[in-house]
Amino acid sequence: MSFFVDSCIMFTTQAFFFGFGWLFFMRQLFKDYEIHHRVVQLTFAVTFALSCTMFELIIFEIVGFLNSSSRYFHWKLDLYAMLFSLIFLLPFYIAYFIVSNLRFVQSFQRRRLIVWLTVGVWLTFMYFFWKLGDPFPILSAKHGIFSIEQGISRVGVIGVTLMALLSGFGAVNCPYTYMEYFLRHVTDTDIQSHERRLLQNMEIILTKKKRIALAKRETRQAGPGTQRQGIWGMLKNVTTSLPAGENVRQLQQDVEALEELSRQLFLEVVDLHEQRERIAYSKTLKGKYFNIMGYFFSLYCMWKIFISTVNIVFDRVGKTDPITRGIEIVVVYLGFQFDVKFWSQHISFLLVGILIVTSIRGLLITMTKFFYAIASSKSSNIIVLLFAEIMGMYFISSVLLMRMNMPEEYRLIITEVLGDLQFNFYHRWFDVIFLVSALSSIGFLYLAHKQAPEKHMMQSMY
Amino acid sequence: MAVPVEKVKVLVLGDSGVGKSSLVHLISQGEAMGNSAWTIGCNVDVKLHDYREGTPHEKTFCVELWDVGGSINHSLSHSVFFNSAHGLILVHDLTNRKSQGNLRRWLGEVLNKDAGKKNNGEFDYDEEVFSENQLPVLVIGTKMDRIPDNNLEEVLSRSSSVAGQCRADFINLDCMQNKHLAAGTTNAVKLSRFFDKVIEKRYYTQDPRGRLGSQERRRPPSMTRTFSPTFLQEKLD
Repeated sequence: MSFFVDSCIMFTTQAFFFGFGWLFFMRQLFKDYEIHHRVVQLTFAVTFALSCTMFELIIFEIVGFLNSSSRYFHWKLDLYAMLFSLIFLLPFYIAYFIVSNLRFVQSFQRRRLIVWLTVGVWLTFMYFFWKLGDPFPILSAKHGIFSIEQGISRVGVIGVTLMALLSGFGAVNCPYTYMEYFLRHVTDTDIQSHERRLLQNMEIILTKKKRIALAKRETRQAGPGTQRQGIWGMLKNVTTSLPAGENVRQLQQDVEALEELSRQLFLEVVDLHEQRERIAYSKTLKGKYFNIMGYFFSLYCMWKIFISTVNIVFDRVGKTDPITRGIEIVVVYLGFQFDVKFWSQHISFLLVGILIVTSIRGLLITMTKFFYAIASSKSSNIIVLLFAEIMGMYFISSVLLMRMNMPEEYRLIITEVLGDLQFNFYHRWFDVIFLVSALSSIGFLYLAHKQAPEKHMMQSMY
Repeated sequence: MAVPVEKVKVLVLGDSGVGKSSLVHLISQGEAMGNSAWTIGCNVDVKLHDYREGTPHEKTFCVELWDVGGSINHSLSHSVFFNSAHGLILVHDLTNRKSQGNLRRWLGEVLNKDAGKKNNGEFDYDEEVFSENQLPVLVIGTKMDRIPDNNLEEVLSRSSSVAGQCRADFINLDCMQNKHLAAGTTNAVKLSRFFDKVIEKRYYTQDPRGRLGSQERRRPPSMTRTFSPTFLQEKLD
């Protein structure tokens, strides 16, 4: 009977997560778009609910809530459902929407054709997904084709790569945006002079376009009139219209160059406005708080880069997790005596809980920002489904990596369900990609930062 | 270029991706635009409009169409284009209901520009501000070809509600087809009536104050009424 009760609890919480994902989709992501295909919203909410269930089961494992065998059952169920959604459902829908958006397919208007093309694209995806496993030493040969390990290992590779990329960029970008040290100084007069230049540019474009329009109108009005005049009229037509024709072409070229310039100027104005906002924000209390956090984050970032390098160079494999190590240090070196088991449970619960919440929140916020930047009314469905796929892969790999942060007795369930994966490989892979991502972000931000003040100073010399 | 042509400035506003650039291209060049990219900043174009066409008072004006890019990332910097506008064209996408609701926000942004700093882009829908609005407004719904036929009636009736609230005229069309704005169609007539209103407000009226006065001037002058005997709403030509 307890299994039944446990399952009820699980399904209730899953329904709650599903509702949250549904609302998030409707209120945040699709704020500006009408929902034409409910199936997209459904798939997104389902993927979100399944991911949250995974985290929930880890927490239950630590706290010891629910029966052990029912936990195990739900783990398996959840993983199978996740894999089904990530490998079959989402790619299929993504392929379907991409195919139906293609121009040449729209002219055919036949459902059958679209479905067959979708199946073709999906099979190509499966092939590459399978091939992904070859260059990596992630599996031993004894597992069957349809086992969880095959799917999870490949999903894990993609997910860990994504995690490391985002982590690396985030670790570098975070102090850069928070710290006041990096703020460029922008005054109101700067902004005003830039805006004035932009508007002057617009005026010039308008004047030229007016001349083009007037010239076109003249040739149009003069055109029908001269047709009846025969050869002499034609000769006259040639000599009088030639300068006007060239004029129009020259003007159009000028206009194109000026329009490009106006786009550049506008982007600079946007940049200046953003800088001013940041400066104003940094003067508020919240801004000051984030400024201090920025210093801590930069220290953390440098430590992480250092430790990744050390891991790779010395081929270190971490054996104990930070919690046990921390308790060890406290007990052995500092001589405090306390109930290890009790504290390790609570601390791991706290640590893992914080990790989970921050990673979910961080991913949702990043996703929303990217969505607003990229999406348009045609591509909104495709992008949201891609995000659901990325979200699923991200959360699965964070479960894999989280194993490292938990004491031995709580790792059991992950190890049991996921079987014989080479976890150490994933950690090493994470370190490598993190290092690459962090270093290239530093280089990229350095270049961007360098360019702006110079441009800025050049303008102020006018 | 011998005779200086006077100009008026009309802003074309709406959410990102509704089709403002295609619309402006169709109005000014008379033909549909092939490819479209996201507008960064502002695209400007001109249309030579004959005010009071066919009468002895006919005069050519230059209508500047300022198509401001609608992406959210640049929302802090839009207001640089809004000053001294004489008319407003609000564009929404007929396939996307939310773009219509956002038109209120755009209208508020233009009207509140002088009323101090905005807080994070949230505008209160102030009925009074809108009713005191002096700017002539035209509401255009695009992508009419993309609506499936069974939804057409319902969607088109929805689109008149925003226009009603702004007390503006409205047009529904497809920017990819030249015939929707060809000379003589209802749409073209409405558009030229709107331009007439803008020009008149700019150059031919002296006293902009007083609500009763502005109400009166909002009605099109009797001259142009003779050119559009079918004065009532016809959605399709």
